[in-house]
Amino acid sequence: MASEPSSQKTLGGLVDDAAAELLVRENIAWMLDLAERLLRDRGLAEDVVQESLISALRGLGDFKGESALKTWLHRITTNTAISKLRKLKRVAEESIDDYLPVFDQNDCRLELPWTQLVSLQELLETEEIREHVAKGISTLPDSYRIILQLRDIEGYSTAETAELLELSTDNVKVRLHRARSALKKLLEPALRGEMQI
Amino acid sequence: MIMRRIKGFMLKRMHGMITCREFEDFVLSYLDDTLPPNQRKRFEWHMKICRECRDYLAAYQRTIELGQSILAADDKPLPDDVPEDLVQAILDARGR
Ligand SMILES: [Zn+2]
Repeated sequence: MASEPSSQKTLGGLVDDAAAELLVRENIAWMLDLAERLLRDRGLAEDVVQESLISALRGLGDFKGESALKTWLHRITTNTAISKLRKLKRVAEESIDDYLPVFDQNDCRLELPWTQLVSLQELLETEEIREHVAKGISTLPDSYRIILQLRDIEGYSTAETAELLELSTDNVKVRLHRARSALKKLLEPALRGEMQI
Repeated sequence: MIMRRIKGFMLKRMHGMITCREFEDFVLSYLDDTLPPNQRKRFEWHMKICRECRDYLAAYQRTIELGQSILAADDKPLPDDVPEDLVQAILDARGR
């Protein structure tokens, strides 16, 4: 830390202390939420947010104002969280084959009849189901879960997700589809209205 | 069982039809609205004649909506969630 290039100090110095504190206070809570969603661990999320905010304050000179400040911070936090997952080797290959759709030898889908598909509104009414869904998402291997979260929940496009994860867009599409299919399988009892509450 | 065999045979051999496995490969592009018109037509035709894929897609879409609604609802931190020690650590580290 002591041998840091002086240019970084100057950039950081562009924001006065009060402005820096305001930026931290206004954004730390949602950034912690985001990091915890991506990492599923509060302690790791705190590390990631600390690292992200420090680098944001130092790099504020690079912030061109082309995107909203929140969008910029969102990306920094997401990037830092992904590096953290990589370091922990949690984005390793894991199979979710058991939860994928099945077909017979003639390529016909094997799917139990759906006599009931519970409405979204009804599903959201029950706290147990909300917990069940959050748990279902956590059950997915990180390499799939992270794509589902970036695309379906954090609102990144396929191209942006591919860039963040250094994957091809085709790979992102395949994994996103598998993640959604697997999650559907995991949530089936709730979706069919057969969950014991 | 016998019906499924007939269905599988038809879908594989008949012109303009796709199998359930091919349907599966198109799901994402269909929902992203990036399927070429020709494939889109086949996809929608398959949905009309295949109960399994129709049900599957409905449940698949409900899953996405459910995940989005639940996790997005968590994205509303309260102002008093600000952890003072972490704020201080960040501001201290910045000065260094
Ligand atoms: Zn089908």
